[in-house]
Parts: sequence; structure tokens; C-alpha cells
Amino acid sequence: MTGWRVHTMGVQAREGKMGARGDTDFSVMSFTGWHQHDHAPHLRSLHLLPLGACEASLACSTCHVYVSEDHLDLLPPPDEREDDMLDMAPLLQENSRLGCQIILTPELEGAEFTLPKITRNFYVDGHVPKPH
Amino acid sequence: MGPRCWRWWHWSAWPRTRQPPAGSTPSSRQQFSTQEQTTQICVVGSGPAGFYTAQHLLKRVQASLRPQSTELGPPALSGGEDPSLSPTACHLLPQHHTRARVDIYEKQFVPFGLVRFGVAPDHPEVKNVINTFTQTARSDRCAFHGNVVVGRDVTVPELREAYHAVVLSYGAEDNQALEIPGEELPGVFSARAFVGWYNGLPEKRELVPDLSCDTAVILGQGNVALDVARILLTPPEHLEKTDITEASLGVLRQSQVKTVWIVGRRGPLQVAFTIKELREMIQLPGTRPILDPADFLGLQDRIKEVPRPRKRLTELLLRTATEKPGVEEAARQALASRAWGLRFFRSPLQVLPSPDGRRAAGIRLAITRLEGVGEAARAVPTGDMEDLPCGLVLSSVGYKSRPIDPSVPFDPKLGVIPNMEGRVVDVPGLYCSGWVKRGPTGVITTTMTDSFLTSQTLLQDLEAGLLPSGPRPGYSAIKALLSSRGVRPISFSDWEKLDAEEMSRGQGAGKPREKLLDPQEMLRLLGR
Repeated sequence: MTGWRVHTMGVQAREGKMGARGDTDFSVMSFTGWHQHDHAPHLRSLHLLPLGACEASLACSTCHVYVSEDHLDLLPPPDEREDDMLDMAPLLQENSRLGCQIILTPELEGAEFTLPKITRNFYVDGHVPKPH
Repeated sequence: MGPRCWRWWHWSAWPRTRQPPAGSTPSSRQQFSTQEQTTQICVVGSGPAGFYTAQHLLKRVQASLRPQSTELGPPALSGGEDPSLSPTACHLLPQHHTRARVDIYEKQFVPFGLVRFGVAPDHPEVKNVINTFTQTARSDRCAFHGNVVVGRDVTVPELREAYHAVVLSYGAEDNQALEIPGEELPGVFSARAFVGWYNGLPEKRELVPDLSCDTAVILGQGNVALDVARILLTPPEHLEKTDITEASLGVLRQSQVKTVWIVGRRGPLQVAFTIKELREMIQLPGTRPILDPADFLGLQDRIKEVPRPRKRLTELLLRTATEKPGVEEAARQALASRAWGLRFFRSPLQVLPSPDGRRAAGIRLAITRLEGVGEAARAVPTGDMEDLPCGLVLSSVGYKSRPIDPSVPFDPKLGVIPNMEGRVVDVPGLYCSGWVKRGPTGVITTTMTDSFLTSQTLLQDLEAGLLPSGPRPGYSAIKALLSSRGVRPISFSDWEKLDAEEMSRGQGAGKPREKLLDPQEMLRLLGR
């Protein structure tokens, strides 16, 4: 599975390997050195999630991620509309959330977001969805 | 710090690498081998399946050609790049990389299939996929050819000769018939035709349903059924800022329909619609729900162990059917001038004619019971019947694909092209994706994943040398054929002119677009 680990709000991406988990196919992205903006950035603003079809308007489930257990409860609970779309996501788990709704607060240091096996990034290179 | 690179995804289609020649510079490593050949791929159908298949194919080939990163910082990420597809600085260019071109053929003048003609006007966010499809179409390795009917203007064997691989993504054009007497009476429509009418499908613009009756019956309990119910019952002023056609909005403004029954053969646990669409019905302005609590007896216990989506959906149905509404909701319902209801365990037997025999006046329903449980439960008749008066019958019992060409195998029972993981059985170099591959169910997300899998299969075959070798002419051969047959395809930039015209016409009315309905007018706008 592919996923990313968030390390504080940091500088630049660097690669690591999750050797400790014994899953050598797991690619890890660490984010360090993000400056504290006047607002915490959305996970989706990093342009690495498969944001997919609806461009973060809660009308699809292609940005489905699993959140590391330790950090799941640090996220605000999903609103009803997010739960409705999660119902449509294949391979749903207890720690499933829609990635487009996740805001990276400092408490999420060390959080891991893992893509379900079946999901990939579906953007053509260069496409950037309009922010809203 | 380690090298700034990402690993290849472990199932990469290009695992082989070779060392660069001794003494080569980074720039010479980026030069392509003289064995470079363009793989010509043809996709038939420009709906989500066609575009997602094209997109994945181009993205995967593009990824294999990306020059290595040699600078120390992380590779620059433009929006949306997938790190799992980037070659690492540690891996070198593969031995026999190829370029690919994808040509997308479409029978309509305009692209996007059911995203344009199926998704409801009041669900604009679902149509956001058009943005990413547009990016793909504008790529110099992709071309859209509208107004080309594969199976009539050009055959699948001709495409297979011109291309290294052909992917059939032409969806499901027909609807399942009711196959009951009276189905031919005026006032009976397929939901598909009705949706095509309000969504501006040119061949349905003359449908103009008669909405002067007070009751409509929709047969089927999927999301399409709810779309139709919602469009029939939404106060027309709420649709004014959508891309619904002005002509159909005019008809809806005159509608006398006050009650819509959504009728299913089976029970509440078998409804095929999803929770988001159900919520929209419950909250529909100016309407109230009619649900019989008797249909829901004992359900609370039976859903304890079912999967979460079914559980949440059934709980919402249960609450709506059995709980007394709060003060605000009760007041809202008291003011409602229209109503919708769900009827269960009713299977259509016959459309009943009016006394003069000239139009539908009701529907005779067999009362059923269930054999078996859960999703697989079957409805069997009990012998009892019931008549439901109505002036409009809409059948929404599923779509169906058609065979496209005698050379392509087709399973008429399942309504799909027989295939293994997208490879058409017994026809090398022929693939399929989307509804024509899996059957006509699922939302855009499902089709996205499916198209990806077909694309992966095709690229595996390319890598394994299973596709025809040697160069193929691609579109240049087909263009000549079409020209000799008097067919003038519509290009993507032609579509963009029509698109601009639609948006401009919509602007005055505060709509995202006013769809062009007349093919002759579209041709005139293109200067033909």
C-alpha cells in the first residue's frame, strides 16, 4: 500500500522506508518544516492525494484513505455527507476517512495516511483542481 | 540525505532497466533509443470509461519516459503527480520504452457520455470530472473524434488493423424493457429516455412527456429512479440555475404531477439507491414523504449485522417511515403541495389503458413476497394484484449494452462483452472497460477503478510483446476511410467552440450552460 507520514508542518519531502513495519512496499513521505500559516493546510493542498472525480466536493470517494489508529480520533468527526460518500468506498475500514476533508493541524505530527490497495492517483500530470 | 527519488511501484510495467553506455552524460541518458515506436491505441466511447482508460494509458507511458531527477531537492511536483509513478534517480530508462497515442472515438457530436447526458442537472459537482477529461483530450498524444459511429462508419476490424490495441468503452445504450402489455401506450417512457430529454440528448429532444396527470409511477428503486422523481417534484424555480434544458424546464413548469410513487419488486432491504440520494428526497422542498410503517416492521433487528452502507441507509428509511417528525419538519410537510412514496413488493404486470385506449391510465401490479434474504432475495408472486392509477409510467429497471460489431463477442444474457480482466475473450489486441465490460451499474468512481485495471492489463500485454509489433498508422488510416465514406469527425477543438457557445448562452440566464440540442445547428456553428 502507498501512504504518507506527516512530520510536523515542515520543510520538504524526504523519502523513508517503513522497515519497522516489515512491509517493504510501503512508501513513506515525511513532511517537515511547513510554516505555521494563518490556517492549517488541507492534506489535499499537498497535491499528492488521489483527489479524483469531484474535486473535493463530497460527491465521490476516490480520495479514501486509512488514517493511522493513533491519530484517527484527533480528526474532527466526519459530517453526515462525508459518511454518506464513505459508504460507497470499497474496502471500507473503521479508520477510513475522505482525504479531501483532512486539515493538517500540528497535533497530526506522525500521522500516516494510507491508500487502499485499489486506489491510485487519477490526475493527468499538470492538472490542478481549482481550490474552493 | 539520501537520493531524492521515489521507488517504482512494485507492479510497474517496466521492471527492466539497463546501464547507460559508458561515458554517457545525463543529457544523453535522456535521449530516446532508435527503436522508439509509437503505440497506437484506439478507445471507442468518450464517457468516463473511455476517458479514464485513455488517461491511465497515457499517464503510465508518460511516467516511464520521465527524465531522471539529478538535483538534490525533491523532484518538482506539479499538481496531481503521483509519486508512485515517477522513475527514481536510481533506475535508468527502460530498454524498449515506447510512446503512445490514444484516439477516442464517439458517436455523439460531443464528448463525455453519461457525465453530460446522465448525471442530473442538480448534481453539478459530479460533473467536475469533465475538467480532468478535458486535460487528457488536450494532450498532444490524445485526440477526440466525435460524430463517428463505430459499427457503421468504421468497423472494429478496421480499427484493429489501424491500431496496436482497441479498447471498447461504449457503455450501455439501451434500457431493460418491462416486457408487459401496454408498454407501448403513450405516457410510458424509459427513465433513460426521460433523463436524456431533460439533459439535452439530441435524439430525445422531441420526447416532450405529457405531465398533465396528477400521479406518476416510477418502476425501479435505484438512483436513476430517484433522479427522475426529484426532477419531477423539485419546484421548477430551483432548477433555473442548472444546466437542465430550457425546453424541458418549460414543460416542468406546466407539470400537474403532484404524487410520484417509486415502486420496487422487493423490499426495503433491497433498495438500490444510495443514502445521499435518499436524503435529497427527504429534504426536497415543497414535498413530503409517504412511507408505510408496515413495510418496515421488524427491520430494526434485522439490520444489526449488515454492512455499514446498508445499515445506515435502512436506518434512515426506518426513521423516516416510523418516527414522528419534529415540529419544524411537521410544519414543512403540512405545507407541502407534492409527495413521493416508496411502494414495495410490487411487480408490474400490465399498463392499463384509458377508456378510449389512447394513453396509459394506470398500472396493474403483482404483489410479491421474498424468497431468500439480503441482496440475493428474489421476489415471487403471491397471486394477489393491485391497480395503481397514474398518467405517467417511467421504467427504471436497468440499462443494457448492445453488440457493436459482428466480430466482437457479446453475451446477450448478461449484456456484456465476454472478457478476462478487460481482455476480450478470443480476440487478441481487443479490450473493454466500463459498463460494457462489467454491466451497467456503479458510479463514476467504480468506472474509474475498472478503467485503470483494463489499462494495466493492456500495458502488461504491451510489455510482454503480445500486441502486434511494427508500426501502425493509427488515425491517419481511419481518417482516410471516414473521408471516403463522407464522414466528417468533430474534433476536440470543435467541441470547445460548441462548449463556449453553450456557456455563453447559459450566462444570460444564470445557468452554467444552455445545451445545444440540434445537430444541424451545431454543424452551422462549426461552419459546415
